[in-house]
Amino acid sequence: MHSLARHRYHRAAPVVLVLLLLGLIAGIAAAVSTASSAEAATSADDVAEGEKLFAANCASCHGLDAEGQDGVAPSLVGVGAAAVDFQVGTGRMPMQASGPQAPAKPVQFGEEQISQLAAYVASLGAGPAIPTAEQVDPELGDAANGMELFRTNCAMCHGSVGGGGALTQGKFAPSLWETTPTHIYEAMLVGPQSMPVFNDANITPEGKRDIIAYIEAQDAGSPGGLRLGAIGPVAEGLWGWLVALGLIIASTVWIGARSS
Amino acid sequence: MSTTENPTGHESTQDQAPEHFEDPGLPYHRPRRADVDPKAANKAERQVAALFGLSILGTILAIGAYFTIDMTEEIDSIRFANMMIGLGIFLAMMGIGLGAIHWAKTLMRDHEMVEERHELRSSDEGREGAIQNLKDGVEDSGLGGTSRRGLLKGSLITAVALAPLSLLVPQLGNMGADWNTSKFAHTMWRQGMRLTRDPDGTPIKAADVTIGSAFHVIPDGLNELESHMLEEKAKAVVLLIRLDPRDLKIQEGREDWSFDGIVAYSKICTHVGCPVALYEQQTHHLLCPCHQSTFDVADGAKVVFGPAKRPLPQLPIAVDDEGYIVAQSDFHEPIGPSYWSRLKDTSDGLSNDTEGGH
Repeated sequence: MHSLARHRYHRAAPVVLVLLLLGLIAGIAAAVSTASSAEAATSADDVAEGEKLFAANCASCHGLDAEGQDGVAPSLVGVGAAAVDFQVGTGRMPMQASGPQAPAKPVQFGEEQISQLAAYVASLGAGPAIPTAEQVDPELGDAANGMELFRTNCAMCHGSVGGGGALTQGKFAPSLWETTPTHIYEAMLVGPQSMPVFNDANITPEGKRDIIAYIEAQDAGSPGGLRLGAIGPVAEGLWGWLVALGLIIASTVWIGARSS
Repeated sequence: MSTTENPTGHESTQDQAPEHFEDPGLPYHRPRRADVDPKAANKAERQVAALFGLSILGTILAIGAYFTIDMTEEIDSIRFANMMIGLGIFLAMMGIGLGAIHWAKTLMRDHEMVEERHELRSSDEGREGAIQNLKDGVEDSGLGGTSRRGLLKGSLITAVALAPLSLLVPQLGNMGADWNTSKFAHTMWRQGMRLTRDPDGTPIKAADVTIGSAFHVIPDGLNELESHMLEEKAKAVVLLIRLDPRDLKIQEGREDWSFDGIVAYSKICTHVGCPVALYEQQTHHLLCPCHQSTFDVADGAKVVFGPAKRPLPQLPIAVDDEGYIVAQSDFHEPIGPSYWSRLKDTSDGLSNDTEGGH
């Protein structure tokens, strides 16, 4: 009878344990993915359709007149089409459950429905519009200037290369690498949830495009190898302590063990 | 080892620890498989050779990668080249190391050996000789007791005493030769100075700051400073935020420090001086990334969480004739963390602040 416990003094046991540990860490590091969605085009004819969609999907929290309810949901009068395209287009709205913040999740509506909703909300009061394709084209932006603006205005929450970071009481600034340029632009324009507003007087439309170019430039990867989420010394320290020290301990055990 | 000549002589009663333990001696020598089985020895030899071969492959990989991988300006190609060269160097070094250890463990002699420790104390003759050498040296130099070489003695002591000054004087001099800590209490801000955007230094109109906006602000003219630009920036940076005026609790004595919901607070944490800039517009909380001090911007930037002890200093602002936001004055208290004479600096005419109790 060979029970597992009998093998624990086997000479291969330390190696097996270290390999299992390394596998576990690699598994955790790999398990990160976020959904994103395509950009939607608005049309002013869809207000009526959008109102129906709104009444069916949004009004329970935001109210039938979209003026919000205290402590439940904000008023949507004047938030503009950009806010709707961001919130619904990234799956944040409709919100699944109340919590510290509404996280991005699989998108609940098709492109056409999103643009109808956006048209309806835009008709309630003047607000920021959805940017054009040219406004968000990273090819036209200056990534170097974008870096300077990003470091001043964004990096404290989203991390120096847009990897995201923690805020207070369960809130967090999400990673920007999977976010589409249009949604990044809209987020700056409308300031969703905890994020402050960065209107065109603060960061010009060209500046916003430069920031998008800087974030897109991060897609090329980091020259130094694994980024480990680019969330700073905690992830790097964990890697160093577990992987590097694990290898050193494994080598030490092997060097000290008698040959059979 | 030689002290255990009488291994069983000190067996004591059960509740007392023995004075000496028995030397268990060397464990039974167990021959390795490679010692008794020529096949196993050949196998181990092949394994060692394979590890050295791995090292050779690693060297070839590193050199090959250096010459064949085309490093362009694309980050991907740089990373791939670095990865391959690094992997090659790793295999080259690791192969030699693993091979050498495997060789030693399986094929080299493995007889247990005992090396007796020699006594630490030197012999009496050696000790006397060493002391005599020192005495002779002192005698020879003429420093001991007799004043035969008074000039040498005096100059040596003087030189040794003065030498540290060559390090200390420049060190202390570079600290600024300036112990005026009241400088810490002042920043660049002056009455009528415009608040401008960081980093480009363009002025900000009150109408630009919509509700929920956060502007990162430097004083007008900071970028044109000839010297100490970064020091001045580190003291003067401000976060400009517009809240819904209904949310804003105006502090007593600061009724005219804000403008229509627009407030300006120092970005330097009062704990240890990190830049506090993680602004959550829904809760009006401002979070310091270093130690999680949290300030409530809607309520005078008071501390609501974390190790900071004081609210962030507020910059009194107004709007000039052209609609741009300007400072009414410098901060009314020293910005940033505590230091030894902070309150003294505050009270010597710098401040008419009524906030002393916080």
